[in-house]
Amino acid sequence: MALIHVTSPVDAELIKKLRAGNRVLISGVIYTARDAAHLRLIQALEKGDKLPFDLKGQTLYYMGPSPARPGQVIGSAGPTTSSRMDSYTPRLLAAGIRAMIGKGNRSPEVKEAIRKYKAVYFTAVGGAAALLAKSIKQAEVIAYEDLGPEAILQLDVDNFPAIVANDIYGEDLFEQGKTKYQRES
Amino acid sequence: MREIKAGSITQVVAQLCQQANFELGEDVLSAFRQARQTEESELGREVLSQLLENARIAKQECLPLCQDCGMAVVFLEIGQEVYITNGALYAAVEEGVRHGYTQGYLRGSIVSQPFSARVNTKDNTPPVIHTEIVPGDQVKVVVMPKGGGAENMSKLTMLKPGDGQQGIVDLVVATVDEAGGNPCPPLIVGLGIGATAEKAMLLAKKALLRKVGKLNPDPEIARLEKEILTQVNALGIGPSGFGGRTTALAVHAEVMPAHIASLPVAVNLQCHSARHKEIVL
Repeated sequence: MALIHVTSPVDAELIKKLRAGNRVLISGVIYTARDAAHLRLIQALEKGDKLPFDLKGQTLYYMGPSPARPGQVIGSAGPTTSSRMDSYTPRLLAAGIRAMIGKGNRSPEVKEAIRKYKAVYFTAVGGAAALLAKSIKQAEVIAYEDLGPEAILQLDVDNFPAIVANDIYGEDLFEQGKTKYQRES
Repeated sequence: MREIKAGSITQVVAQLCQQANFELGEDVLSAFRQARQTEESELGREVLSQLLENARIAKQECLPLCQDCGMAVVFLEIGQEVYITNGALYAAVEEGVRHGYTQGYLRGSIVSQPFSARVNTKDNTPPVIHTEIVPGDQVKVVVMPKGGGAENMSKLTMLKPGDGQQGIVDLVVATVDEAGGNPCPPLIVGLGIGATAEKAMLLAKKALLRKVGKLNPDPEIARLEKEILTQVNALGIGPSGFGGRTTALAVHAEVMPAHIASLPVAVNLQCHSARHKEIVL
């Protein structure tokens, strides 16, 4: 299976070429946000408060790492379950987020929003956290430090392995995979 | 009577928290290797390869297998001829979790007051502690870091007695199907059948401590485990939910007698990061 190199922030033209099931290597800048940070981002958007970073075109990684040992960039750093972010996602895509990385499938509303706003959802392998940490070259807390592991981090990643799960054409890796391999027992 | 100091319990719990988070059991690793041989999906095999490589890195570098270092579930089997001195037992266990998680650079994933403030306690306390009094003069300490993603997909159902075996199979298969890729398959499916609502779930959790793929010694229960495993693996969910034949590595069921009115069935899902370590004092 061919690997597609993706630079983050992801170019709008590249989004058109990404299809569910494509294996990708992501390099560039991504931002972590999980449950508690999503809630705060949404509250900030609703109140019209200043956001901790400009969302336009950016990539969110649903991840809260384990602490770094002295001399390490980050601890273990695999994706968390994306569906818990589903209720917030259409609002964030409307505000400019273009790519997301997590694990597990998304709601019909999120898939529709991915089509509408020309975005992409990547999945990494949940639980491969020590391995995935190897592709994180720099990590810095940029907001909500009080949330501990749920703070927003700006990460520099290099060849972070993921797979396109939902594309702008409405295709879904999880549905495709299941259909292909399910059988009558 | 045999005396065991609370401080030794603290030390042992701290050590087990780290060991469990850094080292996957050989039973789990060999189940991954076997699944990689039989898995038909290319992406599925790739996931299994990543998991084996992940386990290698984690052990070698003392890095957590998963960034979700779990809620610390601690099982204590306390011999009735043992008395604990120099401190309170539960406080000693909690202190062990605190030391283990902070000194091992393990993620604190526990929030106080779960429905409102949700402030991270930072040291992963408090743990969940289950104690059992058994004959003898030893203490067995088991630490199981249980991740949130798989735990969230757990289910307790009070079936009707007439639902019988087919009712159980249908329920478990539907639970795994609904969970999809979220609980990080390949899974170990823990089942607790019988007893009462709370005991059924505890049986399901304890079933996860069994060596992966070791069948229940009761042949009828073992047949049920095999049947459920076959049906779960026919769902097509596969490793990480990317599609494939390996949705579960094993189904472990524990069974107890039930009330004439009841057939409680608890499903507790374990992600592939099936972490638990134990020591007998």
